[in-house]
Parts: sequence; C-alpha cells; structure tokens
Amino acid sequence: MSFINLQKKIKNIQAEKPNMSLAVLGDVSTQFLKIALQAIGMDNDIILDVYESQYDVVIQEILDDDSGLYQFNPDNLLLYFSSEKLLDDFYHCPVKERTGFADNWMNSLSSLLNKISVKMKKTNILIYDFIEKDDGIFAGYALKTESSFLYQVRKLNLLLSQEIMKRKNVFIVSLNSLALEKGTENIFSYPLFDASKVSIKPDYLEELAKRTISVLSALRGKIRKGIIVDLDNTLWGGVIGDDGIDGIQIGEHGIGRAFLRLQKYLKEMERRGIVLCVCSKNDIGNAKEPFISHPEMILHLDDFALFVANWEDKATNIRYIQSVLNVSMDSLVFLDDNPFERNLVRTMIPEITVPELPKDPSLYVSYLRNLNLFEVTSISEEDSKRVSQYQAEGKREEAKKSFTSIEDYLKQLKMVSKYSSFKEKNISRISQLSLRSNQFNLRTIRYTESDIKRIINDSNYLTIEFSLNDRFGDSGLISALILKKDENILFIDTWIMSCRVLKRTMESFIINQLVELCREKGITQLVGEYLSTKKNSMVADLYQRMGFIKSEDGLFVLNIRDAK
Amino acid sequence: MKEEMIFERLEKVFREVFDDETIKLTKETPSSDVEGWDSLSHLLLIQSVEDEFSFSFEMKDIVSMENVGAMIDIIKEHI
Repeated sequence: MSFINLQKKIKNIQAEKPNMSLAVLGDVSTQFLKIALQAIGMDNDIILDVYESQYDVVIQEILDDDSGLYQFNPDNLLLYFSSEKLLDDFYHCPVKERTGFADNWMNSLSSLLNKISVKMKKTNILIYDFIEKDDGIFAGYALKTESSFLYQVRKLNLLLSQEIMKRKNVFIVSLNSLALEKGTENIFSYPLFDASKVSIKPDYLEELAKRTISVLSALRGKIRKGIIVDLDNTLWGGVIGDDGIDGIQIGEHGIGRAFLRLQKYLKEMERRGIVLCVCSKNDIGNAKEPFISHPEMILHLDDFALFVANWEDKATNIRYIQSVLNVSMDSLVFLDDNPFERNLVRTMIPEITVPELPKDPSLYVSYLRNLNLFEVTSISEEDSKRVSQYQAEGKREEAKKSFTSIEDYLKQLKMVSKYSSFKEKNISRISQLSLRSNQFNLRTIRYTESDIKRIINDSNYLTIEFSLNDRFGDSGLISALILKKDENILFIDTWIMSCRVLKRTMESFIINQLVELCREKGITQLVGEYLSTKKNSMVADLYQRMGFIKSEDGLFVLNIRDAK
Repeated sequence: MKEEMIFERLEKVFREVFDDETIKLTKETPSSDVEGWDSLSHLLLIQSVEDEFSFSFEMKDIVSMENVGAMIDIIKEHI
C-alpha cells in the first residue's frame, strides 16, 4: 500500500524546519490528505506546516474573523469541496431552483474568495475542482436537462475556471482530471466513505498530492523554462548522418508517427513559451537538413533558440547552451533516447532534469506528460516572445571550456572492449555496418555478406571486430576493420565504427591493438587511407591525430618501431 | 484457506501498517492493545487487509471490528 510509505516518510518531519505554511479546509476528511501533502512536499524540498480545520467547518472558518485560519495566516490555502457534499446541497435545493444551482454556488464561492483576499492579501488559494459524478437519477437524459446534477456539476467546473481567471492568486488543481484518469470507481469507496467520510482512497492521494505540490512548488519559483533535445531517435527515427533524409522516420506512417507526436508536443510547449534548443552529435549540415527539407517535420529551425550540432560531449554543449540562455541549469530539461548520454549529462550536470525516456518512442509523450515538469502559475504574452528574443540576440559566445572531468567519467564507466577476428555470427552485422556507415568510415567501401565471407576465408586479409561493454550495458559490436597484408605492410582497407561510441577513446584503443598486432606479426608499417565523401568529414584528420604521417601519395603511414 | 495462513498473512499486514516488526497477534488482541491503532490507522488497516486478501469489507464491518478475532472471522467469510 503506497500510502503507508508516505506515512513512514513523514515520521521525522517534526524535526525539520517548515518553509511553507498551508491551511487545508475540506468538507470531507482531510487527515490522509495532509499526510500525503507533507510527504510529497518533502520530496520537493517543501517542509509544510499544515493547519487543518475541524471537520466540515469550511464556511465558518472563512466567515469568522477570529478563526484559526486567519490566526494561522498561511502562505497558501487549499480548499477541498467534495462532490459528495455538493450532491447533498443539490438535493437540499428546491427542484425549481436547480437550474440555477451552479450559478448560485459560484456566487457564494466568489464572496468567500473575496473575504479571504481581504483578510489575507498575500495568500495563494488552491481549489480542487469537482469530480463530475453522475447520480443516475436522469439516466441518459442527464445531459439533456439543466435540472440534473451531472449538468450542474459540469457547469460549475466551467464557472470555477472562469472565476479564477479573474483572480491572480487562485488556482485549480483538477481532482476531476485525476478521477478521469484513474477511474471514479477506483478512487471512491462507499463503505469507506460511510465509515469515515474519507472520499478518496488513500492510495490515490499520492498522485493528488503530487499535483498539488507541483503548483505550490511553482509558486515558490521552481519553474522550468527550456527543453534541450537530441535529434537522432529522439525527434525522428534513425540516424540522419547514416540514413539520410529519405531514411529517417518522421511522419504519419509507421513508427514515424511516434516521433511526430513528440514534435507536436514540443511545438506546443514552444508556443506556450518554453524555449527549445538542439544538442546533437552530428555534422551541423546533416543535423539541419531535415528541418529544412523534410516535408513531414513539425519543428523548424526557427523553433529553436539555439541549434548545437557537433562532436563534442553533450555536457560541454549543454553548459554552453545554458550560458547563452542565461537561465539556471535547474530550469532546463534534457531529452535524449540514449541512456549513455543521459547518464553522462546527469552525472556531469546534476542540476538539470533528465527524464528517463522509455525505450518505446510511442510512449515518449505520455511519459513526459505524466512527469508534469512544466507547472506554471502565470503566463504572459512575453513568454511566447521569449524564444525569438533569444534568437534576436544573436550572441556568439565562445563555448565555455568546461573543466573536463570527462576523462574521469569515462574511467569510472569501466569500459571493456573485446576483440577478435570476424565471427560467423556477426557477418550480417558487419556487412550492415559496412553498407550503412557513412560518417565514421574511412574509405566507404561497401561489402555484402558474401563479400565479408570471402574476406574471412582469404589469408591475405586480417579481420578484427570490436565490441564495447560498460557499466550501463553492452553496446555489442561497434567497430570492424579489414586489413590487407602486403609483405610487412598492413593496409587498413576498411575501418568503420558506430558513431554512438565516439569520444570514448575507442579510436586510440583500436590503434593500440593494431600496433600490438603488427608487432606480433613482424609488420613494420601500418598504412591507412582517407577517401573523402560528403558525409565522412569527421574522420578526415583521424590518422593524423593517431600519430600517422601523411606520405606524398596521400596515404597515412605509421612506423611500428616508432609507435608508442 | 487455513486459519493459520490467514493469521500469518494478517500479522504481516499489521506489521506493515503499524511499522512494527515485533507485533504478535492473538485472536483476542483488542484494538486498544496495538500501539497506534486509532481511527486513522484503522482505515489504513482495512485498506491493506482488503488489498492482501482481495475482498472488500462491508461498511458495518469497518465500524464494528474491535479485535483481531473479529477481523479473521470476516476474512474467512469472504475468501
């Protein structure tokens, strides 16, 4: 029973110093609710000092000038009017007057709110809306007559919404939405209610408390302002650098639909005033291409305040983005499908929020929605202008060189790479890498499975496959090399590597293994070649970086004797 | 289900709800004997027992059960 855990959590709350006061007035039992609010509050660095009125004296507490409520003078007030009590009031109302029930009720509430505002000018007021229960009296006709309870309670929720639009410091937390999501049948128990006037089953109070604390938290200033998004497999299916604009999945068909949904969600967030930025490991040209030329993309370049695409580590890039936006790191959210990147960013930048996106892209949006990260208590016209403000600034700041503990981070990943000559079972994967890899591909020679088989059986060739494993999991086969022997020279015919493992020192590791291999076999020279294509500019200087020397015929040579 | 089984599982529920691993129940154990068994925790106990044994108490049971024995009798009726 999850409520029991909430109770345990607040066992020692007396020892903590409260940092927010909250009065809870309800016309049903609020004892469990108080516990839930305190427990969830603690999760959000809110230590609540709660004033609970006696049972069902809401009106008295508000109208009596000397009530406990006014003496307590809280930062925040929570009003919980239940549908159960409302139904009682409805039945007390003469039948002839029922068509005006919602209007009259709203007028009374309006007077109460006025009274509270006069007595406690600075107090924020949160109100639970009504669960739109059907008493069944009119059966299916309930919505065809204004005299039914169902009609009046729905109207009342609408009136409530309109009323609070006029009041800056009054907010609704929708109990009705919660009941819709969880099922009214599940959250309400008649026996429980009759025995104790508890109107919401304790296990559902955790979620209600979360939504309530979320508003209180936002009122304290904990507001999130921006979303930084990865591109490949986050905004579209596939990898733009390898799959090209025709290969990525975005649109109404197949799995593209899931990514479309996320783009629409992000677009709406942007319209609401949340700043969007891109942080992707890609050539910038490749990264921008879908936004410019893919007809089914929802997001476009001008939706983003910043567009960062390079081969740097994401923590560094995010720090740069944060410095340009000039918002605090804890007001940012980072979305990436790749657990490695998520964990790197979480570790390097603890303040930023990194949702643990589910594996299935279809579930991205519902997951984000349930996290409810973007609670807001006021929205102005300026918010929607904010995005273009960042863009209009046009600042080109130097990327902040972060103190690189990237090396330390990589060390504690405990990466293990295994290598061997090509294995039968990996022929398919290796061929796939050879056919698909465009970026980390030195000579872009395409080999089919039968080609690979042939090479394995040819004694003139050496083959090596590398796999990578770390603390977070097994990346599987991530690099493949085909080497041609020519006397005591070893020529790197093919070197392909999955882009996912770049910047993890694999390149150096591989060269080191090659050097060892050469020594074993009495090879004196390791020779590589770079054949430039539109997509593999990232490896143009790879051999040079690894210590090879460019010879006159354009090849890169490493003398084994001199190699480190 | 054997009464012993019910007893064992009920004891586990009590220990969870009252956060006390040392609780030992007998059929005669009245509510006044279990530390923390007030009206509030009574309700939590009800919910937990309902979850554990997959049935719902009737309203009259919720208000009337005064000792463990009564609870066990009601559980036996339902499962």
